[in-house]
Amino acid sequence: MQQIDQIFVNAKHAILDLASGFLPEWVVIVISILVSVTAIAIFGPVTMMYLTLLERKAIGRIQNRYGPNRVGKWGLLQPIADGIKMLTKEDIVPQSADKFAHFLAPVVIVIPALLIFAVIPFGRGMTAVDLSIGLLFFLALSSTTTIWIFVAAWGSRNKFSLLGGMRSVAQMISYEIPMVLSVVPVLLVVGSFSTVSIVDAQAGGNWFIFTPWGIVGFLLFFLTGVAEVNRTPFDLPEGESEIVAGFHTEYSGMKFALFYMAEFMSAFTISAIVATAYLGGWQGPWLPSWLWLMIKAYFLILVMMWFRGTFPRFRVDQLMGFAWKFLLPLALLNIFAAGVWIELDAPINYLVAGAIVAVSIVILYWANKPDMPKKRTYRYAYE
Amino acid sequence: MDAFAPLATFALYGLMLGILATAVVTVTVRNLFHAAIFLAFTLLGVAILYFFLHADFIAAIQILLYVGAIMTLVIFAIMLTSRMSDPSVPQSNRQRIPALVVTGIVGVFLILAILKTPWIVSGTLQTTNAVALGKALMGQFVLPFEVISLVLLVALIGAIVTARSDQ
Repeated sequence: MQQIDQIFVNAKHAILDLASGFLPEWVVIVISILVSVTAIAIFGPVTMMYLTLLERKAIGRIQNRYGPNRVGKWGLLQPIADGIKMLTKEDIVPQSADKFAHFLAPVVIVIPALLIFAVIPFGRGMTAVDLSIGLLFFLALSSTTTIWIFVAAWGSRNKFSLLGGMRSVAQMISYEIPMVLSVVPVLLVVGSFSTVSIVDAQAGGNWFIFTPWGIVGFLLFFLTGVAEVNRTPFDLPEGESEIVAGFHTEYSGMKFALFYMAEFMSAFTISAIVATAYLGGWQGPWLPSWLWLMIKAYFLILVMMWFRGTFPRFRVDQLMGFAWKFLLPLALLNIFAAGVWIELDAPINYLVAGAIVAVSIVILYWANKPDMPKKRTYRYAYE
Repeated sequence: MDAFAPLATFALYGLMLGILATAVVTVTVRNLFHAAIFLAFTLLGVAILYFFLHADFIAAIQILLYVGAIMTLVIFAIMLTSRMSDPSVPQSNRQRIPALVVTGIVGVFLILAILKTPWIVSGTLQTTNAVALGKALMGQFVLPFEVISLVLLVALIGAIVTARSDQ
């Protein structure tokens, strides 16, 4: 059991032991860094490749069809075929495009998506870098992708692209605020930004989702996370039926694939971070720790795909109203509930915090009720 | 770790050179949009510099606020500018001589101030963590903190009043 749990950690130690036999100390340190970096640099893109297949399969099942099933058994080689296709496609740059911006955006947008993998605790002792600001590092990096989406939109010199870019910026600015506020309860309780200490604080089945503020915080963080990665029902920046493909309309070949890659890697990292913050990270009985994180992350990803197969797209005013009038006040009230939960003693605090959360949800739901036009009464001439 | 000391120094100077280079490009490049992109790189470079100096929290806040929020605002402002990439728009105007004099005076005083300041290096590394920062903001500096939040609230209400459509 212990062996399987620590299999990746032991593998790294075995490599380092082998190297330290005949190499100087500083080379061993470099190798130690390189092993982690290589593992992440391979894990990120491979996750993305197979997420595309999983998404197509899942959506296919929801829509009562098979999904890709021609390339390899169950279509397992489909991502590789797609990759080859992307690489051999012609790279088209529109004549009036801003060449510099058009080139730069897809290249840079992958970097923050890949860097976030560094702070995810994949298992016991399996965090690449235990930064003291782990969660903040994630929030900061995920906020930078907005600029590059907008640079891509502007650089394409295309009306649909620009519309998509503007929608993206408006959406991300709005959803970033409730997103940051929705993790504050976790930081309050744990007292640290480090992803490793957040997971440690949830040991022994005390996952934060089992507390009143935890449920609300989890839902807030997950929903705003879905909005941050532009997935349905928040996919206005690339709404196919309205603005072609939004900010990546003018991209083809590998540049398009890079946008796709950033999006899917972000979808994975957001799921993993939500699982870390609220679902106990790699904590769990019986199974090895890294498998637990994967199960939780992939469960959340499947929920995202389920959303995509089920929900229609938001209208712009609904999108903004949801963020500013519902999520933001709820996030603030949730911080208050978490504060009360910390201050009071064990059985009472659940009740009080639960009451605060329940009352605030009811009030916000009531206050956000859309205006229904009054029922018309007709007066007929012949009466 | 001693083997890394020269490497770290080399990387630090390379980073500083990169920050300066992108800053110079920011003010010299013709296309306003490209200038904004290079400004984003400059701010990112400063954030990496903070990481180097073990000021992790400030680095993350620098990225979150400057690169994430303020750059988005700058790009929005640029988007509303007409003729932003027109090469026939001159980069300087008739006030360049007075501007040079004023900035020159300010620069001289800044350099003098920098030279006169005794840069005390404390022996131990002061780790400024978020907890200490939060306690300082809520304790010692509570009045400036509240005043700033009031100013921001006024700005928010002002923006809403300005943007509200007339009925």
